Amino acid sequence: MASDVPQQTSLPLGGQIRSILIALGFKPRTAVILVPYLWLTIFFVVPCIIILKISFAQTVIAQPPYTPMFGPESVPHDQLFDNFKRLFQDSLYYKAYLNSLNLAFFSTLICLLIGYPMAYGIARCSPSTRALLLLAIILPFWTSFLIRVYAWKSILSKEGVVNDLLLGLGIIDEPLLILYTPAAMYIGVVYTYLPFMILPLYANLEKMDLSLLEAAADLGCRPLKAFCVITIPLSLPGIIAGALLVFIPAVGEYVIPELLGGPNALMIGKVVADEFFQNRDWPMASAVAVAILIILVIPIMAFQYFQGKAQEAPK
Amino acid sequence: MAAERAKAEPSTQIWNDPNAQPYIRIENVTKKFGDFVAVNNVSANIYRGELFALLGGSGCGKTTLLRMLAGFEQPTSGKIYIDGVDMADIPPYERPTNMMFQSYALFPHMTVEQNVAFGLNHDKTPPDQIKSRVDAILDMVQMRQFAHRKPHQLSGGQRQRVALARSLVKEPKLLLLDEPLGALDKKLREATQFEIMNIQDRLGITFIVVTHDQEEAMTLSTRIGVMNNGQIVQVGTPKEIYEYPNTKFVADFIGSVNLFEGNIVEDEPGHVLIESTEAGCPIYIDHGISAAPGAKVWVAVRPEKMKLDKTKPDDANNCAGGVVKGIAYMGNMSVYLIKLDSGKEVKVTMSNQRRAAEHAIDWDDRVYVTWHANSPVALLS
Repeated sequence: MASDVPQQTSLPLGGQIRSILIALGFKPRTAVILVPYLWLTIFFVVPCIIILKISFAQTVIAQPPYTPMFGPESVPHDQLFDNFKRLFQDSLYYKAYLNSLNLAFFSTLICLLIGYPMAYGIARCSPSTRALLLLAIILPFWTSFLIRVYAWKSILSKEGVVNDLLLGLGIIDEPLLILYTPAAMYIGVVYTYLPFMILPLYANLEKMDLSLLEAAADLGCRPLKAFCVITIPLSLPGIIAGALLVFIPAVGEYVIPELLGGPNALMIGKVVADEFFQNRDWPMASAVAVAILIILVIPIMAFQYFQGKAQEAPK
Repeated sequence: MAAERAKAEPSTQIWNDPNAQPYIRIENVTKKFGDFVAVNNVSANIYRGELFALLGGSGCGKTTLLRMLAGFEQPTSGKIYIDGVDMADIPPYERPTNMMFQSYALFPHMTVEQNVAFGLNHDKTPPDQIKSRVDAILDMVQMRQFAHRKPHQLSGGQRQRVALARSLVKEPKLLLLDEPLGALDKKLREATQFEIMNIQDRLGITFIVVTHDQEEAMTLSTRIGVMNNGQIVQVGTPKEIYEYPNTKFVADFIGSVNLFEGNIVEDEPGHVLIESTEAGCPIYIDHGISAAPGAKVWVAVRPEKMKLDKTKPDDANNCAGGVVKGIAYMGNMSVYLIKLDSGKEVKVTMSNQRRAAEHAIDWDDRVYVTWHANSPVALLS
């Protein structure tokens, strides 16, 4: 221990704090990591636990509007999972889950198909052009997300830019109905989350060693084939990172379906909001939210676990 | 230093045979990157079965020339023929060449086996043949037991051997090696040099090796092309390059050399006499050069061809007096740094034939540097 604190005398105050921390079992390094951990615990783990707790309660007309966890008014043990049971019994919920997963899945796919060529193109540009193009990707973030979605509303509406243009060119005779359809929702989600796909992909593709493609060509591999067997497998971490960054928020997306998808868009984000604000059923809203968390987190954790294992294995 | 090779014997010097067809013809090739001329009007003929080294410092254009042979760069002007075929419109994936990259460029997501099999897979080789050929080549480079490892699980030397195996497995007409042994330590480098020479003998593949390491070039190659500023300044066997450099640059680049500036006094077919204030003595060379009397020349003498004496020899020619300013003991030999009376410093190497010679030459001793009349080379540029 003594050898760990050689500067005790030369730095009186710092040394004292240090020796106290060390006496408490903290190394200076731990103290540094502690700050972000504390932050995450207070603002992420604790709220999650609170929501989990509420999801087991039942709604009551009171302040707060749910039964306490313990005590005489608490939920009987056999009714603890009632909220979760309802998720399976009421078709509203699982349909909303399916719709949301569907929207998220196809939006992710479209983002990948659009984003990959863009990221690839940017990564192969000269450094100065690269910076400019990246700026263009990030630029939309300078405007509020809500304003951008509203802008799409006016672009896609019956009197919007798209319809005006198509009518003016004589391609269509009467305005297309785009707004308040699933198509509008997809446009909104893809538009919003495309940068989250492009940026990790770019970071990955930019690092790629181009001599690998030369080596492939040298060994008789045509460029398109080399792209399939070298570039794509090597960019897999970027694809996965981008897909997760798009898929996860898209599942819980509330604003875009609400503004662009119309009243019939049954999405899980909207169900949570309705349960919470309109039905004032906090326990049910919490149960829906916890279920989303489980649906998203478990596959991701499993994936990371297996990926970690695959990388460790020497043979 | 230069390991003599059977191939370098006069009888097999194919490049001296006027009827021999060169296997690779590089004709007036120039490559510019913007304003920068990387390769400047290079021509060379390389014959089947040769192990040709392109030797030069960094930025001399040797790698660019190699990349043009592989097809990764297109010459700005000039032509490259491999086996009589103009390579201008042939993309890298259709050329009969394989390259071993300086960075090895192993595919990180594939195992050693998959890396080596990569080229064969793209040739539509039958699967059972692929397996046996991959195994055979991995045996040759002694990497069979690591066949299922990924590149990041290998050491630098192992990776280098996998890269060599990958470029060899297709048995290309022409194998291009870019600084093949750069990352290896001395022992492993020497072992691999001989391994490459064995492979070359066995498979009869034509090799072109790019290197900045003159020792590597000397050991490996049948002929060396010395490059400087985008041009090949001399082509010859290791012996020719070392013993008969044609310029100061080559003399200085290959091995170590002492250069004396001087003027020709006598130029007869049988001998040359050169007056040099730098040497402080007349230099007599027992072979003629064709240059006008009075012309400025540089006389190059290798350190190992010089001798040190404590007593003044009788012959006034080829004898310069000086003082020992430094001795570097290297085990098998010692390098002496002599400050001549003219102020010029020369290096002399002497092999340590006896363990502790009694009249050993020591620091600050007055000595005479002498050399035989056939040792020096007079250079006009």
